[in-house]
Amino acid sequence: MKVRYFAWVRERVGKTEEDIDPPAGVATIGDLVSWLARQGEGYAYAFENPNVVRSAIDKRHVRPDARIAGASEIAFFPPMTGG
Amino acid sequence: MYVQAASGIGKMTTTIRLQREPFDTAKEIAALTRSRTDIGAVVTFTGICRTDENGESITALNLEHYPDMAEAEIGRHIEAARQRWPLLGVTVIHRYGRIAPGEGIVLVVTASRHREAAFAAAEFLMDYLKTRAPFWKQVEKPGGKTGDKIWVEAKASDDTAAERWGGR
Repeated sequence: MKVRYFAWVRERVGKTEEDIDPPAGVATIGDLVSWLARQGEGYAYAFENPNVVRSAIDKRHVRPDARIAGASEIAFFPPMTGG
Repeated sequence: MYVQAASGIGKMTTTIRLQREPFDTAKEIAALTRSRTDIGAVVTFTGICRTDENGESITALNLEHYPDMAEAEIGRHIEAARQRWPLLGVTVIHRYGRIAPGEGIVLVVTASRHREAAFAAAEFLMDYLKTRAPFWKQVEKPGGKTGDKIWVEAKASDDTAAERWGGR
């Protein structure tokens, strides 16, 4: 599945997007955040406070308990500051 | 640009535009009301880039966005507003990229037969745009280098403003 990062999450991870293949057992957004946080220093920094980072599955906001099975695009970003 | 005529009572015109360029509020009102005589009220809200953020002066804002999701998310909130109030038209324009102090950032135009719906829907849409539309502001400070750009932090007061409309 494709993962996209925005704003300071993107800067900390050091990528705008990537294709990932998480192991079985990574079932929810929360699981994915924990797994990503172990993929290197930048990831650990981006997800150091997992409660702050927001997420979307296929362009809809989701909560950490959302299941990722069948998702084609997952996004992680800080709280929004538009408007 | 995305234009859609939704069904419902009265013809509702929806325009959502995400653009780098400045917008012209008068032009957008004219486009929304052109050749219609059923609209009795138009409300506009314009969010403008100030010259200061948290008491410190800035030279510009840089807005990053998640293009496809921003359009979809704004569309969902317009649909929610349409279900709540008898609207005849909504235009939302949100800019991205570099925006200088004095320039518009966001424009919301709502049209209805009477003012109550137009006022309420404009406020509702802005409250949700602030907290749910995937845009992120970064400030540029005077004399700052690229590395000195600072992300604007989300305000709890914006969450509170959105929450008063009921959980969504």
